[in-house]
Amino acid sequence: MSVESTPEGANLGSPAELPPSPDKGMFGIQGTGDVSGFGGLVRRRPTTADTPRPFGGYFDEVHDALEEAYPGFADAIEKVVVDRGELTLHIKPERIAEVCQIMRDDESLRFELCSSVDAVDYLGSDNRRFHVSYQLTSMTYRRRVRLEAAVADGVSLPTVTSVYPTADWQEREVYDMFGVVFAGHPNLTRILMPDDWEGHPQRKDYPLGGVPVEYKGAEIPPPDQRRVYQ
Amino acid sequence: MTSQTTSGAGYATERETTEGRVFNVTGGDWDTITGGIDPLSNEKIVVNMGPQHPSTHGVLRLVLELEGETVTQVRPVVGYLHTGIEKNLEYRNWTQGTTFVTRMDYLAPLFNETGYCLAVEKLLGITDDITERANTIRVLFMELNRISSHLVWIATTGMELGAISMMLYGFREREYILDIFEETSGLRMNHAYIRPGGVAQDIPDSAIRKIRDLLVYLPKKLKEYEAMLSGQVIWQERTQGVAVLDVTGCLSLGITGPVLRSAGLAWDLRKTMPYCGYEDYEFDVPTATSADVWGRYLVRMAEIRESLKIVEQALDRLKPGPVMIADKKIAWPAQLAVGVDGMGNSLEHVAKIMGQSMESLIHHFKLVTEGFRVPPGQVYVGIEHPRGELGVHAVSDGGTHPYRVHYRDPSFVNLQAIPAMAEGALLADVIAGGASLDPVMGGCDR
Repeated sequence: MSVESTPEGANLGSPAELPPSPDKGMFGIQGTGDVSGFGGLVRRRPTTADTPRPFGGYFDEVHDALEEAYPGFADAIEKVVVDRGELTLHIKPERIAEVCQIMRDDESLRFELCSSVDAVDYLGSDNRRFHVSYQLTSMTYRRRVRLEAAVADGVSLPTVTSVYPTADWQEREVYDMFGVVFAGHPNLTRILMPDDWEGHPQRKDYPLGGVPVEYKGAEIPPPDQRRVYQ
Repeated sequence: MTSQTTSGAGYATERETTEGRVFNVTGGDWDTITGGIDPLSNEKIVVNMGPQHPSTHGVLRLVLELEGETVTQVRPVVGYLHTGIEKNLEYRNWTQGTTFVTRMDYLAPLFNETGYCLAVEKLLGITDDITERANTIRVLFMELNRISSHLVWIATTGMELGAISMMLYGFREREYILDIFEETSGLRMNHAYIRPGGVAQDIPDSAIRKIRDLLVYLPKKLKEYEAMLSGQVIWQERTQGVAVLDVTGCLSLGITGPVLRSAGLAWDLRKTMPYCGYEDYEFDVPTATSADVWGRYLVRMAEIRESLKIVEQALDRLKPGPVMIADKKIAWPAQLAVGVDGMGNSLEHVAKIMGQSMESLIHHFKLVTEGFRVPPGQVYVGIEHPRGELGVHAVSDGGTHPYRVHYRDPSFVNLQAIPAMAEGALLADVIAGGASLDPVMGGCDR
């Protein structure tokens, strides 16, 4: 038997190397072929394009009322997005408390209630990865608006607790879960996790699971690493 | 017995720390503590109440600073029931999310599910495609759930204020409603019944008969409870003028729901920002003006009656039809049925995908393992939960999993009111005030 006619690896006890296929894998599958659903963990950048005017509904009114009441409007607003019937005003983080004050007190705005404060970690798609959003509700006009302020890791933004005292615990939760610091908060400590916990669990680079359990050195792998389909 | 207990022995063991003297109290030995303290040099007592305390509604911990029996400072400590549900959601597909969120506020699971599903449907842009029957069932079940949640409130609050019989009656009636849920979804609690696109399966006729019976049965019982509590002097003394919080206080602290309505503001999202077709139902928003625990009791009792009105209307509107959206790319492929061991795939569906249609099998497999994709974007949906506004902020990056889901749980926000309600009042009023907020720690800590 001549050496030339033997396929590569055939008599070495290792499997034959198949020529690489650039676009299709086994059974004609493209991509990872992952049917576990964890393929969905590959993150894409969400669309946050500026919405052109008119915004429709009461959104124009809110926008114009804020512009009129707030002298620093042009400088503070980064972007206006209307999506799925919701208005999001992207605010410069250092201005968020000022804007909230106007939103609450101005007669044509009257957002008396701060329904919710929370954050989203856009790791890998935005340099200012933490987007803190404030869901404001106007009980007078029955309107909702979302303010969004984006900060990079380690950058703080002013607290809104002096305007909306209800934000107290919610800002603590954002700090606890993401490590975002709210400057001027009266008591910025952990709220849901134990006081001595290390890390901020809702960050995208913080794993789920993978925590050693105190039983024969066992460890539970994170769910996205438990099964591999390759 | 207290006089025999010497310091350092018996119930209340004591030790000296840098903070002062610390006692460990386990039960009814308050006299030991007060007897062991010199009233001149130790006026202030710091009491750690909870997290394991029968009157704190689950694992809520209150650090109280007392001068005599007057509370000078309260610091609520939460987080003992944090289970990372929001983080877990990011690792499961959109449909699996329902089984997680239902476990947050375990007394109002159907509200957690509905809030989540409304958010997912808004992200998908299919809000208007939800079938009439699915929406009616959602309203029907949410109102039944509101009744069962308020029944637990009246039961536990009764117990905490000394009306133990109320506890037994409240839980008895709640169990009847849970039977209706079990008959329909297979589970008493944590149903995962409301799914993105509709509900998991139709209501059986037997459950509808049970609901009809409830409509006759419960009003009579409500009268009994009111006969038992409302004229009761102890109940009045423990609730009237206790834990007052006016509208200004409520709004600044973000308090919604019965607590806000007890202060006189008729803010109810079912009326002010309707969803699921609530605008088509006739009901009133009960309010009180006393802004105290008594007012919250009146509001909740009236709300049970209003919910019964909605349940009756929903039953009348229940016309035959599909309970899941027609779009097969979203609708869960299985026809579910309640078997002897709970809810599962119906045998007919299994026979079809395994025996007749390869395409159905592939479709089922892809949708169940991978799930549907949701276009990128973010939404906020607020619904009226038994305790106030339940807000769901859902963010999608276009994948088969939620990118982020945040719950604005009313228990979490409302608990911030405890210091405002309790400071300056008596220790016993902390219990009444805390109970009147109706906190559920599963929802608070998530």
